[in-house]
Amino acid sequence: MNIQYPVLIIIIPLLAAVFSSALMWGNRRLVYPLCVLALAATAINTFLLLAEVVHSGPVNYLLAGWSPPWGIQMRVDLLNGLVLCIVSVVALINLIASFRSVQQELAEKTDSFYVLYLLFITGLLGVVITADLFNLYVLLEVTSLAAYAQIAMGDRDRAPLASLNYVFLGVIGASFYLLGVGYLYIKTGSLNMMDISNILLSVYSSIAVFTAFIFCMVGIWVKMALFPLHAWLPNAYTYAPTASSRILAPLMTKVMVYVMIRLMFSVFGMDYVFQELELSQHIVLLASIAIIAGAVLALAQNNLKKMLTYIIVSEIGYLVGGAWLGNTAALTGTILHVLNDALMTFCLFLAVGNMSYKLKNLDFDNLQGLFSKMPVTMAGFALAGVSIIGIPPTCGFFSKWFLISGALEAGNYLFLIALILSSLINAILFFRVFEICLFEPMQAGHGHDYAHEHPESGIREAPVSMLVTLMLVAASLLAVGLYSGMIVNQVVAPFVSGVVA
Amino acid sequence: MPDILGVIIAKYNYWLFIVLMMVGLYAMIAKNNLIKKLVGMNIFQTAIIFFFISIAYKKGATLPIIENAHGHSDPVIYAAQYMNPLPHVLMLTAIVVSVATFGVALALAVKIYRRYQTLEEDEIRIRMRHK
Repeated sequence: MNIQYPVLIIIIPLLAAVFSSALMWGNRRLVYPLCVLALAATAINTFLLLAEVVHSGPVNYLLAGWSPPWGIQMRVDLLNGLVLCIVSVVALINLIASFRSVQQELAEKTDSFYVLYLLFITGLLGVVITADLFNLYVLLEVTSLAAYAQIAMGDRDRAPLASLNYVFLGVIGASFYLLGVGYLYIKTGSLNMMDISNILLSVYSSIAVFTAFIFCMVGIWVKMALFPLHAWLPNAYTYAPTASSRILAPLMTKVMVYVMIRLMFSVFGMDYVFQELELSQHIVLLASIAIIAGAVLALAQNNLKKMLTYIIVSEIGYLVGGAWLGNTAALTGTILHVLNDALMTFCLFLAVGNMSYKLKNLDFDNLQGLFSKMPVTMAGFALAGVSIIGIPPTCGFFSKWFLISGALEAGNYLFLIALILSSLINAILFFRVFEICLFEPMQAGHGHDYAHEHPESGIREAPVSMLVTLMLVAASLLAVGLYSGMIVNQVVAPFVSGVVA
Repeated sequence: MPDILGVIIAKYNYWLFIVLMMVGLYAMIAKNNLIKKLVGMNIFQTAIIFFFISIAYKKGATLPIIENAHGHSDPVIYAAQYMNPLPHVLMLTAIVVSVATFGVALALAVKIYRRYQTLEEDEIRIRMRHK
């Protein structure tokens, strides 16, 4: 019998979204349980699927039984099996963690928010699982549309414009990708990833293939916010509702990195990207600039949430640079960092969400004394911060280690310097926040008058559901760090040795 | 010079789509009014749809419907006689995507207008700063 997990992974959240929008006219109280149920089922499916892939190799699923070059194929190997697990687990945990925050921020719109949330997750899972380039474009746009709408539900003053800017850049990115797919289609007559990679072998030197590659890459870089193309990200993620910035920040960019790795290593192939084109030096240089620029821009911020969005920009530089170094260690580091960075960013945004549940305004002046007022939240935040800096045994250290050894192996010292420098800047960033949060607000007369702009002096810890999920994710940072050897050996290394010749 | 002209005329469909795409891109970057930007975005997407449609065309080919396919002994099919239907099908989906994006973007523009009473971007930014 065929394994049905791949199609169930898409269909369950999609149908749940349809039913929840129907429930808006029926029993509104059932919407949330339905969402939790659907995402829990999806999470279980993804884990069963990953176990199956680890056990007996890649799983192919033909939609409606049409064979590959004509029909749409879903293909799950170790790489996207892992990314599917990340997406579904983060989505489920965030749904539980953000229940109270959604109620607080989106009082009358909770149901429509959950529908958008499910559609967003459906899109992400679809992007990751599909083996068809055009299908990927459509699902990418499903994801983006759900994201635009979610972001617009945030801050009343600023969110709509931030969202509209995201629409403009998102459309440019997706259109460039579609154009690249068009060139590939002219050259190969196929849209299936495996099929294209076989046909491409004979037309490597064609200028049209080169154009296709560049269009696809630029399109995806816009979507993932690689440094010079990042302008949409900070505002969109800062002004989105807490629940959606918690899901957008860890997943959206990481899934785009997955798409880039997939295109580079599975569609165009290692030989084409690194032997035929002489681009890798330049792209790694760009990535190094992105790392430094993201970190420096983060230094300039005085709002915690905005600072974190610039850290995402910097982390994107790690992932792009690691993929473009093109050796075993660097690619291992990149894939491991996709997992780690998703968890670290998620943990940071969970903690920040807890703060904004109580604080309303995350400017640095406002954070004083938080360690004593919200100890559990701050513990989670501190652990995630330490992990972003890259201190063992948190998981951030291990992927950085692989990236650094990959940079050494490739002899690319600029990327190495960028990695180390950005770790130092991250240390400054987080210790500055820790320092602010450790001390109680100063009394009036110290230059600032806090007396009348500090009504929240009596803040307490966030609700239990938010704390438990935060602790769970924070613990997973340690667990993934301690078991990263196992993850690398079981999941990452077999994939990497398969694609790196 | 006539050489370049020959290249342009022989592949005029590509040149047209590039010109159209740049018109859209220019409007998205340079215009100050949000609705004009949205129209630019739509032109940009339409250019890509034209590109896909034009690559499906073959000279002297007909619609990809096989006559008498049912009930008769298998007719000989020459692919060269039929246009490629796949890009058309893909673009139907892409049109749906672009309409949906346009709809969402217009809804956002309405939301911005209700908040700031204007659609000029510089004006919105000034009013935002005075918050």
